Amino acid sequence: MAFVAYADRDEVHGHDPDTFITKYIWSQDHKVIAIQYGGVAIFVGLTALVLSVMMRLQLAFPDTFNFITPNDYYQFVTMHGMIMVIYLLTALFLGGFGNYLIPLMCGARDMVFPYMNMLSFWAYLVSVIILLASFFVPGGPTGAGWTLYPPQTILPGTPGNELGILMMLLSLAVFIVAFTMGGLNYVTTILQARCRGMTLMRMPLSIWGIFTATVLGLLAFPALLVASIMMIFDLLLGTSFFMPAVLSMGQASDTMGGSPILFQHLFWFFGHPEVYIVALPAFGIVSDLLSVHARKNIFGYRMMVWAIVGIGALSFVVWAHHMYVSGMNPYFGFFFATTTLIIAIPTAIKVYNWVLTLWQANIRMTVPMLFSIGFIFTFTHGGLTGLFLGNVTVDLPLSDTYFVIGHFHMVMGVSPVLVLFGALYHWMPKMTGKMFNVTLGKIHFWLTFLCTYAIYLPMHYLGILGIPRRYYAYGGADFIPASAQSMNVGITYAAIILAFVQLIFLYNVFWTLFKGKPAGGNPWEATTLEWQTPDTPPKHGNWGAKLPEVYRWAYDYSVPGAKLDYIPQNEPHHGHDSVESDSDDAVDEAKE
Amino acid sequence: MSMWTLVIALVCALIVWAVLVRYLMAQPWLPAGDPGNLADITAVDEPAKKVGLYFFLCAISSLFALFITAYVMRMDPNHGADWFSIPKPGILWINTLLLVYSSISMQHAKTVSTLNGQKNLKRALMTGGVFAILFIAGQLWAWEVLHGSVYFHLSNPALGFFYLMTGIHAVHLIGGLYVWARVTAKVFNNAQPETVNLSIELCTTYWHYLLLVWLVLFGLLLLT
Repeated sequence: MAFVAYADRDEVHGHDPDTFITKYIWSQDHKVIAIQYGGVAIFVGLTALVLSVMMRLQLAFPDTFNFITPNDYYQFVTMHGMIMVIYLLTALFLGGFGNYLIPLMCGARDMVFPYMNMLSFWAYLVSVIILLASFFVPGGPTGAGWTLYPPQTILPGTPGNELGILMMLLSLAVFIVAFTMGGLNYVTTILQARCRGMTLMRMPLSIWGIFTATVLGLLAFPALLVASIMMIFDLLLGTSFFMPAVLSMGQASDTMGGSPILFQHLFWFFGHPEVYIVALPAFGIVSDLLSVHARKNIFGYRMMVWAIVGIGALSFVVWAHHMYVSGMNPYFGFFFATTTLIIAIPTAIKVYNWVLTLWQANIRMTVPMLFSIGFIFTFTHGGLTGLFLGNVTVDLPLSDTYFVIGHFHMVMGVSPVLVLFGALYHWMPKMTGKMFNVTLGKIHFWLTFLCTYAIYLPMHYLGILGIPRRYYAYGGADFIPASAQSMNVGITYAAIILAFVQLIFLYNVFWTLFKGKPAGGNPWEATTLEWQTPDTPPKHGNWGAKLPEVYRWAYDYSVPGAKLDYIPQNEPHHGHDSVESDSDDAVDEAKE
Repeated sequence: MSMWTLVIALVCALIVWAVLVRYLMAQPWLPAGDPGNLADITAVDEPAKKVGLYFFLCAISSLFALFITAYVMRMDPNHGADWFSIPKPGILWINTLLLVYSSISMQHAKTVSTLNGQKNLKRALMTGGVFAILFIAGQLWAWEVLHGSVYFHLSNPALGFFYLMTGIHAVHLIGGLYVWARVTAKVFNNAQPETVNLSIELCTTYWHYLLLVWLVLFGLLLLT
């Protein structure tokens, strides 16, 4: 049977939903799966948010809350970290926005493997259930820290060292299976199912970010799987892959010579690309948001694509900068410090290009734009402190302090979350067909933005003071000034406000669903294909009888001579072609 | 991780970059005419399932490469002096031959599937699958041989890795057998060739890949 490209196939589209179950529960439609992923990820993210508030309460008011024991504290730390990084950010960016945007932005009817896509979501849900169930098993969830470093992870004394850690490892294994099923869909759909005319270099940067992040995930998640499987063997069967000869509770272990450092290498070979699995979709999405709401083409599109691919490749050769304090050959330290600083170059190119996109633009201060500009601030601050920590000699004294907490929350926590909110507000009119409450959105932004700075900026100062992280309580250590505790209290107040502010967002979602005014098909006057669907929200199959055809890149904003300040990607070069071609040279110079 | 891992990662990155560069030189802001032929712009003029399988093989390659890296690192006396090499059960040689024959049979099935020879196809498919099942049974036998020997100390990482790597390989083969069983059932129900040929082709690719992985793992086990 001759192969027919997806773009040349007729309207015949399988898995049409005909019952409530197939439409909303066992759905194979990428949009429903995206919303399912998003709903579960936001729910589990809110759980992690509550855990962080509990941690902050303990730090600000030690000896006050009896229900937070030291074991609880470490369990909260661990679960908060793992949930936020894996089950919220990875799942929402790739499972949520990846699913929603890839077929719509590429001009496809759906993912190429819809059944596997559905399985991916349900496996993800199972992984979340296993993870949350660990709160209810004897011993509770693991309290080993989100990095799960052996040997303490599975030794007595660490909370959840039996069932808790086992459920965490099983949950991660199931999540990786879910991600692999989803990831194969994302990359294959982007490569195979783009509509006619959608060349790789006409794809919006959101798709480039999601595509590269998915490739990273497919190559990096196996490292976590390997580490998890080997640790399960150590835990259940008594092997000694990671377990050295140790005295635990006065008892000598049966194991000899296992290598905790080996686990660290495996974990961070996954862990650092994971940073970019989260960051690259955020980079791509924020590029699109800035361009749309600044009414200007993204500055240096081609360089932005190269930067995404370059960052993706480099992210595999920097992992050991998380392990400077574990000790390593000085040449290795030099190598990893160098690669870490090199990765700053493509990253800085992106930041410059975002700022230059705003330069002399016709900026619309919409809610997504506010979140995007907020992201530029937080990401720049987080990125700059990363330069400190990338250097071995600076990292050693700072590594175990609140400086690191401030750094990675700024660069890897707040920044992607701001993009997520920007993206949710940006695409909510397409997902629901209704416009959200703008005033509430702006209040949500400003309080979120200010509170995050009130939380994380002082943490850098605490870190430079030498306040150690991971401590349940500080007692009366002489080197900790009283002002540090005052600062802790202030940070906690900001964290509590921040947590409650997120209720505004949730209220806004429901307000939009029940009271929002019809948004129309293209309320932001954007060029990309998802805004050109015949129906809003798009129906099953997305495009009706005929797939779109693409004639231009995704960033034709404020083109001189054009009637409107945007030209959709599927608009042919006719009518004003002559006007455009007359001014092509000038336009090209401006864009170059 | 060893420096070799780094070098291999860098070389892979350079190859990917070199492949991508010709696509990434476009100037999409310039006006273009017709949308063009999709085949020209994607350069992946293959069925989606085949592309998906290739990406899946990349992910599995990463998995096995990391197991092998962990194996080599754990063997390093600087990490632990508790590595005691174990004798490899002789059955592994027979298992290897079984998997080679299984792979050859699958290749034969792929060849005859395009020639519309239903009888030969059924025989080749059955042979391929049954020999793969025998391979797994042989691996279990090897496990049992080691289990009953004086070398069975789970705290010896060499033994742990033997069970781990052979087990993970067998799990992947069992996954392949699930697909094989579905395809074989369709063939025995006299399905139209065009509905099964692609699946047979992909099964064959997967079989060859797992044979290659096994040869690498077996070589590593024999050498250490």
